[in-house]
Amino acid sequence: MRNVALTRLSHFIKFLTITYMTIEIKKESAALVVKVAGRLDAVTAPEYEKKVNELIADGEINFVVDFEQLEYISSAGLRALLATAKRIKGKSGKILLANIKGGVKEVFDISGFGTIFPMHDSVASALSASV
Amino acid sequence: MAHKFEKIFAANIDKLAEITEFVEECADHFGLEAKQKFGLLVALEEAFVNICSYAYPNHDGMVEFACDADADADSFVMEISDSGSPFNVLSLPDPDISMDIEDRDIGGLGVYFIRRMTDKVSYRRKNDQNVLKLVLNRTS
Repeated sequence: MRNVALTRLSHFIKFLTITYMTIEIKKESAALVVKVAGRLDAVTAPEYEKKVNELIADGEINFVVDFEQLEYISSAGLRALLATAKRIKGKSGKILLANIKGGVKEVFDISGFGTIFPMHDSVASALSASV
Repeated sequence: MAHKFEKIFAANIDKLAEITEFVEECADHFGLEAKQKFGLLVALEEAFVNICSYAYPNHDGMVEFACDADADADSFVMEISDSGSPFNVLSLPDPDISMDIEDRDIGGLGVYFIRRMTDKVSYRRKNDQNVLKLVLNRTS
């Protein structure tokens, strides 16, 4: 009985990690650092877009998006990134990406997004480029 | 012994996590290498999102995923079937990936990923269903 409950719990946790996306915001003097962890897919991308749009509405125009803990991205994720980038550009702001690696980097490279978004090896490097 | 995994899901974007979990299980059974698995998951999301958006405009529908994931086979094969009206997603043109951010329409990016993330992809109409077949070759 207890084992069944434990198995179910572990399935549930695995399920959560698959659907999961978290966004952490940190204010630095040069820009707002938006740390996106987990998955940026067709389900979670609209949440990302909504959050960034709220920040833009609050008057933020300089962003560093930290993908250190991003495990997955699809065209829906790229589309959300592009939509927010256009909005930020429209306000004469800047959006820089940091820590793109692994499969996520491949998606950027294949799509040509690697050349349209300025990418940095670290948040620190992106921040110094934001000034 | 051949190992076939099959599962039917509602054509609803909320099912993406469950489908991802199912396909990961198939890929792990086959022993698909991590980089290829990532590509497979992207390709399947793109195909699934397309079906959710266009296959059943007026009613609810289903999507079937069938994997040949034999642990000693040379390639991993996944078929994605829907019962919507005939539509070949592969007929969509690739996007112009050299265009500037301002002018970019990324509508065709999904099908572009399906092509690029697989070794072979084909479409056929079978039993009144659209069947998209993705093949990934074993690399080691």
